[in-house]
Amino acid sequence: MNDVPLLEVAELSVEFRTRLGTVKALEQVDLSLDRGEIIAVVGESGSGKSVTAYSIMGILDAAAHLTAGRIMFGGLDLLRVAEAELANMRGRELAMIFQNPRGALNPIRPIGRQIGDILRRHAPMPRAGVKRRAIELLMQVRIPDAERRYAAYPFELSGGMCQRVGIAMALACEPALLIADEPTTGLDVTTQAAIMDLIVELARKRRMATLLITHDLGLAAEYCEHIVVMHAGHVVESAPVGELFAKPRHPYTAKLIASTPHGAGQLDSLTPIPGGLPDLRGELPPCRYRGRCERYTSVCDQAPLPRVQVDPRHVVACRDPL
Amino acid sequence: MTALLEVERLTKFFPLGGHSTLARMVQARRRRHSGADGTSEPALLHAVDDVSISVEAGESVGLVGESGCGKSTLARLIARLIDPISGKIHFQGRDLGELPAHRFARSPERRLIQQVFQDATESLNPRFTAAHSIADPLQRLIHLRGAGLWTRVDELADLVNLPRELLERYPHQLSGGQKARVGIARALAANPQLLILDEPTSALDVSVQAVILKLLAGLRRQLGMSFLFISHDLNVVRLMCDRVLVMYLGKIIEAGPAGQVFEQPQHPYTQALVSAIPTIEARPRHGRLRLDGEPVSPIDPDPRMCRFYGRGPRQTDRCRMQMPHLTPVLEAQLAACHFPGGSSTGGSDGLEDHRAAASDRR
Repeated sequence: MNDVPLLEVAELSVEFRTRLGTVKALEQVDLSLDRGEIIAVVGESGSGKSVTAYSIMGILDAAAHLTAGRIMFGGLDLLRVAEAELANMRGRELAMIFQNPRGALNPIRPIGRQIGDILRRHAPMPRAGVKRRAIELLMQVRIPDAERRYAAYPFELSGGMCQRVGIAMALACEPALLIADEPTTGLDVTTQAAIMDLIVELARKRRMATLLITHDLGLAAEYCEHIVVMHAGHVVESAPVGELFAKPRHPYTAKLIASTPHGAGQLDSLTPIPGGLPDLRGELPPCRYRGRCERYTSVCDQAPLPRVQVDPRHVVACRDPL
Repeated sequence: MTALLEVERLTKFFPLGGHSTLARMVQARRRRHSGADGTSEPALLHAVDDVSISVEAGESVGLVGESGCGKSTLARLIARLIDPISGKIHFQGRDLGELPAHRFARSPERRLIQQVFQDATESLNPRFTAAHSIADPLQRLIHLRGAGLWTRVDELADLVNLPRELLERYPHQLSGGQKARVGIARALAANPQLLILDEPTSALDVSVQAVILKLLAGLRRQLGMSFLFISHDLNVVRLMCDRVLVMYLGKIIEAGPAGQVFEQPQHPYTQALVSAIPTIEARPRHGRLRLDGEPVSPIDPDPRMCRFYGRGPRQTDRCRMQMPHLTPVLEAQLAACHFPGGSSTGGSDGLEDHRAAASDRR
């Protein structure tokens, strides 16, 4: 592997200052990603997966404050890069597939032209070339009748189709890093498989790095080499896929696996995770899982939350790992 | 013995309106090809095409298929929210198809078939409290009034484990799991015999999904209802259903006991579907089966051609010339394919790999 990862997020903390108090959305989040690697960030909604993605893309809400940490991308500190330069990088170096496909598209511009806009923004091209390439991209994400759909507006397409347009847009300039925020939610499994195969192929052929944000552990297991588990703004566990499923060390990871339906299981073997995410405003205990944890003891209240390296690539944030 | 629900040759086509770009293009192409003037009949989208299914009392039937295959339209037809073009819907031996959908809403049979909708947030009235949402069908369908009404609302909240203190809240004050419970309580209010569940947990986190699935399974046992369970998530269908129906472009292409269909899918589409299920169990990646080609358009498809034509791993002229019908292939398992299961004429490597992988896993 390379000495320097393509993307390195280190000790990133993000707060949102709202009228109702400061929300500590992320605290000391670490992750790193090599060229050609696909890693997944999993967790429940509200665990900070999307905030992590938005921080990397530099598109956080104005109410957000990055209070600590750094984001290194190919040796460049993204938090220190000027907005104009970052705008040049987005779409070409860093691209993102958004969660809400219809909301991410311009409702009053045909989809083919929206793809063309990205192509032209980053590389001057003749008109005919832009159109040809846009249609090619639509075909690549398996939009039937791509040539006719080029002129369709987002409202004329189903949610799944809009999702594929979003994916085509993200892949248009062959980015070095793709952030895919729930890219296949709402797509059926066969289309999901086709889209994921395309991402895997790009990872292999052009060494594109992918950060896959998902709440589907099955999808993460199937396509990623490494999984980062988030809970309430913390990375609670980070491990290679095989190890994570064979031997989860954080109690939350174990619960998450046990609550996921899979092929061989029975309904009785599904175990829900008790409780919900804590309120991220105000004072929080060092371990944010303590209120839901069966293994909680008073030792868990000692700050700081440890990051135990159980293996070179396996880190767990727990005082008493499994 | 008659089944609880018997659907016979149900068909629903949607004419494409004159306004969408797609409709205009389709019309233009038809005119070019037929050489006719602009007065040709509108193009028809074949959403549900000659579908016959049955659901026994107390049975849970899963309906799976890709988005746009017509599963939600079939559910809406059975729930009598829209009218079919042709076909019959028998419920407990009575023909429900006679009454148009807008009159059915006020018929005494309305309460027997209820639906839990896909998105709990979108399907609750934002200006109704949880109690009000649950009370609504009680007032409309069984005309409960006064104290009896609110006692029943409390009972229903208890049934779905919704804390009573949440009943005065509005949807925006409830979590996803709590809204799902309100949606279920509302559907159960009038004691339905058939509950149609359209992706009831797709908007929920796995931690909450597990709770809701267990709740639904428990309620079915307790109340003796039948389920028609629609989902993309095949792992969920496998857990929740006795029997499964696979739909592709308006047709049922495979039907059988859930475990059996997932273990030995016979139709090539089902085979692809099953092998595309992401799973947390380790399995060799090369064993996955992929579909090639483009799906046939659901707009005015060739009535002779197999709907799966162009995507199957083994196909001949017969697939193009003669539409296959649902026929028994294995014990209790039917498939609509001329070359089901292993009886392939030109078996593809992908399939062989898939089988090898499947047996590795076992």
